[in-house]
Amino acid sequence: MADILVLAETEDGAVVPATLEALTAARQLDGDVHVLLCGDSVDADDAAERLGEYGASTVHVGESDLLNVFGPEAWGQALALAIEEISPDVVLASGTSKGNEVLAMAAARLDLPFVANCTELPSELADDDEVELTRVQWGGSLLEQSQLSAETRIVSIAHHALEAESAGGSAAATETIDMEIDDLYARTQVVGREMAEAGVTLATAPIVFGGGRAVGSAEAFAPLEECASLMGGRVGCSRAVTNNGWRPHRDQVGQTGTRIAPELYVASGISGAIQHWVGAMASKQILAINTDPEANMVVKADYFVEGDLHQVIPAVAEEIKKRKA
Amino acid sequence: MRVLCCVKRVPAPGAKINITADGQDVDTAHLGFAMSPHEECAVEEAVQLCERFDGEATVLTLGPPEAEEQLRYAASLGVQKAVLLSTDGSSWDPQRTASAIASAIETLEAADGPFDLILFGNESADSGGYQVGIRAAHALGRPIVNAIKGIEPDLDAGTATAKREIDGGFELYNLPMPAVMGVKEGLNLPRYPTMRGRLASKKIEVSVMQAEADEGGQTRVTLKQPAETVSNTVKLGNGPEAAPAIVDLFEELGLL
Ligand SMILES: Cc1cc2nc3c(=O)[nH]c(=O)nc-3n(C[C@H](O)[C@H](O)[C@H](O)COP(=O)(O)OP(=O)(O)OC[C@H]3O[C@@H](n4cnc5c(N)ncnc54)[C@H](O)[C@@H]3O)c2cc1C
Ligand SMILES: Nc1ncnc2c1ncn2[C@@H]1O[C@H](COP(=O)(O)O)[C@@H](O)[C@H]1O
Repeated sequence: MADILVLAETEDGAVVPATLEALTAARQLDGDVHVLLCGDSVDADDAAERLGEYGASTVHVGESDLLNVFGPEAWGQALALAIEEISPDVVLASGTSKGNEVLAMAAARLDLPFVANCTELPSELADDDEVELTRVQWGGSLLEQSQLSAETRIVSIAHHALEAESAGGSAAATETIDMEIDDLYARTQVVGREMAEAGVTLATAPIVFGGGRAVGSAEAFAPLEECASLMGGRVGCSRAVTNNGWRPHRDQVGQTGTRIAPELYVASGISGAIQHWVGAMASKQILAINTDPEANMVVKADYFVEGDLHQVIPAVAEEIKKRKA
Repeated sequence: MRVLCCVKRVPAPGAKINITADGQDVDTAHLGFAMSPHEECAVEEAVQLCERFDGEATVLTLGPPEAEEQLRYAASLGVQKAVLLSTDGSSWDPQRTASAIASAIETLEAADGPFDLILFGNESADSGGYQVGIRAAHALGRPIVNAIKGIEPDLDAGTATAKREIDGGFELYNLPMPAVMGVKEGLNLPRYPTMRGRLASKKIEVSVMQAEADEGGQTRVTLKQPAETVSNTVKLGNGPEAAPAIVDLFEELGLL
């Protein structure tokens, strides 16, 4: 039977949900599922229970002082060492920022190819040195069929490509691996954090009021801000807006901005360029407000209001206040 | 201070990305070209750092001869040197790209001394392999961290503080220089070229080197479109008179 090694990503003392997606994907392959868990920030027994529930049979706990906090080089070396020790056929992580980073690090060390952000894993991946994979290009606007030739297939599964599903498994066995990590790699360890105030973020807001180039200035975002604050939502924007310096980049929705998934995305004066669309397409419903009924955003939206956003949005704000009163 | 940034020439599509009939490439017949927004920020950062610390910024690309356009664009923003690693324009896999870039960097450094900082984009706009910078840094034996949205060098200490965006805030790293970083849009606000910059970019000499490296273990078979979103868009109305219908929708969805 094939062996599959999944990299566990952790945050605030727990395995992140994205890792459970990777485990769910790993279970679709015919193989024994191993997990590499790094760092002492996570209780190994708790993790083994959770990871076992999602299909892991063995959790290998990498032990080294240099693994206790995240560092891409140290974690990359740890994964490379685990690959050498376990000789898996497939190495898998969720295609998060750190997941892809650590896989690329390990692949660089072992001089192996690494295929990022696959949308699904074909069953041949477990048994065949040559396999065709479907992966994401252009942040999701395009798909690529890619041939991977390697004895150890290192791949990531695109974040949110599938939903994590419990396998109802029992706790995984735990084993420790003493990791000899080069002291040198302390140079890329996390040395501190700056956390913003908690609250709804663009990524988690139930409603997002997006504004595009047509808003025209930083000040003209005020009515959108008002609607967002009346409804516990957030303001988003297109790259045309951030490029003009009207909003900070953290408000940008899209390929090189944030992926949003609100109940409703209200997109005002946004044309819906493909790079914006990939950041907005996970929204449950979309309402486009635009002067152009042919705009891409309008064509793809669930609802549309034809008109000048400078008139529509203030009227919406008034209507919300009226109903709340 | 010497800073290098690596950029990739990519098509700049609009509402849809079309594919050539043979399924091998993006159909660029009616498209302009650009670099990734992440890489635009890498270029801007290189220029800003070199303005602050009286340094020299270099831009490098691996691609077809036409990629000179992106090099000259970077020069119009203030980069002083440009290097083209010339290919026949076919798509190079990430292992091969990284290996060619790393050896070119070794050649450049042998001639003019080390780069204190080498900036890559977090991922390329088109293929998005999430690895060329990491592989190149590993080949050069230098530290690298990805997803960087803030850089502050301390030249006396020989280090650079880097901020990485995470859920709800930032993680901080402190890298010894020479260092490598994969940066993201939002690192800074890139400037637009000035008339003077445009003129200067016409004069800059582009050094051309033949790109060379062995193929890696990943090959493109085809490109294809994802399933298209088809929507029967419901029109709620025209202009401000549609406001009550919009707020009705908010109520229906349980948002108000
Ligand atoms: C590699 C790459 C990555 C990118 N990443 C991103 C990204 O992450 N996010 C992003 O947003 N973009 C991104 N872009 C840029 C993208 O291609 C578009 O340029 C950008 O999204 C356009 O912004 P916009 O829709 O606001 O502006 P425009 O395309 O100019 O659209 C303005 C819209 O407003 C409408 N309008 C005009 N007047 C009014 C009015 N009075 N009332 C209502 N509507 C009106 C127009 O009909 C039009 O539809 C990226 C580009 C590249 C090449
Ligand atoms: N052909 C290229 N020429 C120069 N730099 C490149 C090239 N391909 C990738 N890069 C750099 O490597 C980064 C990561 O690319 P990728 O691994 O393809 O996601 C990009 O953002 C660029 O900075």
